[in-house]
Amino acid sequence: MLESTQESNVAQKVTSMDERSRYLRKLILKGLEGTKKGHVGSALSLVEIIRVLYDDIMNYRPQEPMWPDRDRFILSKGHGCLALYAVLADKGFIDPEELTTYTLEGSRLGGCSENIVPGVEATTGALGHGFAVGLGMALAARIQKRPSRVYAVLGDGELNEGSIWEGALFAAKHKLTHLTAIIDCNKFQIAGSTKDILNLEPLKDKWVSFGFAVQEVDGHDVEALRRVFKKLPFSDEKPSAVICHTIKGKGFSFAEGTHKWHWKSGLDEPTLSQMKSLLENE
Amino acid sequence: MFFTFKDSIYELAKNDKRVVLIITDQDAGLDHMQKEMPDQYYMEGISEANNIGVASGLAADGFIPFVVNHASFGVRRCYEQIVLDACLQERPIRMIGVGGGVATAHLGPTHTTIEDIAIMRSLPEMTVIVPCDAAEMKKLMPQTVNWPNPIYMRLGRYGKPIITKDEHVIEIGKAVVHHQSNPVKSDVLIISTGAMTQAAVFAAGELQKDGVASTVLHVHTIKPLDHEAIIEHACRAKMIVTIEDHVLAGGLGSACLEAMMDNVHPKNLPRVHRIGFPDHFIHEYGTQETIFKHYGLEPSQIVVRIKSFLSNE
Repeated sequence: MLESTQESNVAQKVTSMDERSRYLRKLILKGLEGTKKGHVGSALSLVEIIRVLYDDIMNYRPQEPMWPDRDRFILSKGHGCLALYAVLADKGFIDPEELTTYTLEGSRLGGCSENIVPGVEATTGALGHGFAVGLGMALAARIQKRPSRVYAVLGDGELNEGSIWEGALFAAKHKLTHLTAIIDCNKFQIAGSTKDILNLEPLKDKWVSFGFAVQEVDGHDVEALRRVFKKLPFSDEKPSAVICHTIKGKGFSFAEGTHKWHWKSGLDEPTLSQMKSLLENE
Repeated sequence: MFFTFKDSIYELAKNDKRVVLIITDQDAGLDHMQKEMPDQYYMEGISEANNIGVASGLAADGFIPFVVNHASFGVRRCYEQIVLDACLQERPIRMIGVGGGVATAHLGPTHTTIEDIAIMRSLPEMTVIVPCDAAEMKKLMPQTVNWPNPIYMRLGRYGKPIITKDEHVIEIGKAVVHHQSNPVKSDVLIISTGAMTQAAVFAAGELQKDGVASTVLHVHTIKPLDHEAIIEHACRAKMIVTIEDHVLAGGLGSACLEAMMDNVHPKNLPRVHRIGFPDHFIHEYGTQETIFKHYGLEPSQIVVRIKSFLSNE
């Protein structure tokens, strides 16, 4: 059950979402069935970003994951991988039943995503790595004259890492217009709010000053995400950045807007059933 | 040695479009490469970690990136990128560590790199190469292109005199015999790497004058180690001396001890003496030669030390 009576009492609501967003969250819950723990809040803030990219923006072939001309999706905040696994299962890269093996013995679906999973381009989990790998893939596409675009999703907490800003300078220097940094700005990291732990503001100004063309969007508004992503690239001279304002733990009111659900353990069967029924009854 | 590296990388890149050079803000003198092959030449900022990540992305899409850093920063600053973005993901990145060992002793302990071999050889998937001179490095470079693993190659300020001969067969993973007084048995087997092989060859000549039969086995590839050659020669020797310009913990000597102890019963092995740097940072400034002298690694000192080991047997 949920950890406290207080949480149980507020665990009555699922905040507004359409059917598809609820379905993808059900797949995330499926991933938690076996292990009963994971980076839940970190995945829930990501769902709409990944959903829109895979539904409406990216070119890829689930049956041919290594198709050279595919677009590359890099989950630089690798701990949010439950959301990525859910979409990969939905799109047919992996069997949805495999989700139940998440982090269990014998599984290839780890608590941070590895490139042994079809559709996972880079092994991430140590923060501040995936972005640079994405830069290399963007450079490779340019040299090889491939149409591939690179979408790298970074956590706002991940922006604490200096390597991200090394990468930002590199992207601007090389005018990697076919690369987009997408920031899942859910305002929380493990120990508290990003504002308190290491303030990133003014975040948009930072990306602009590092040479990016930047737009901000509500990271849960599917229509708004579509509109913004379809405008990419924002510049013919600069790489693009989209700051997606999201809610940590989006979907379950008791999990929203708190660092306490960044990592959640003790998600026993009644709790998960309760969360699932909330999604179904909305 | 870096001059020869530049010639080699230019030739490799010219003949293979997969070869890409990423340099971390060094005076490379490769303007002609930049001009002729702009897609294969990247002079990047002092952002060593990012450059390894970028190389990983390039390698994921079929490129063979050579990333040049000063050895100290390339190993120390980039450790996590090397572990995760090169080794774990099995990306064939070639990490070239310039100024390895005490080649830049004038810049002090921030630059002297005496623990790199231990760090790099502990990493799964990694290959570790330490050539003894420019001629050997030139023979190794073309082999690196299609080598399946990530490679760390330490380039020191070695090379004079050139001791690699035309008849030496230089293959990644294969140790090279540089001196052999007697093919059947040796009073001392000297196993060395990098700059120390020159000292080893000198020592072997001096020992021979005193009637001491020695073999010099040069190990340019510390990982994967040529177990077969080491064990074969070890079993024919009365004593073994390993020499490296590296701390004793985890370097060539450690690797040889592991290989021998894992494969041969100790009673069938001779006494092993390891020569290298002690377990502290190099605080002295100077040149490679003055540092070697300070720590007893100068060729003439090596001779004295080996004679001392022999007399105490």
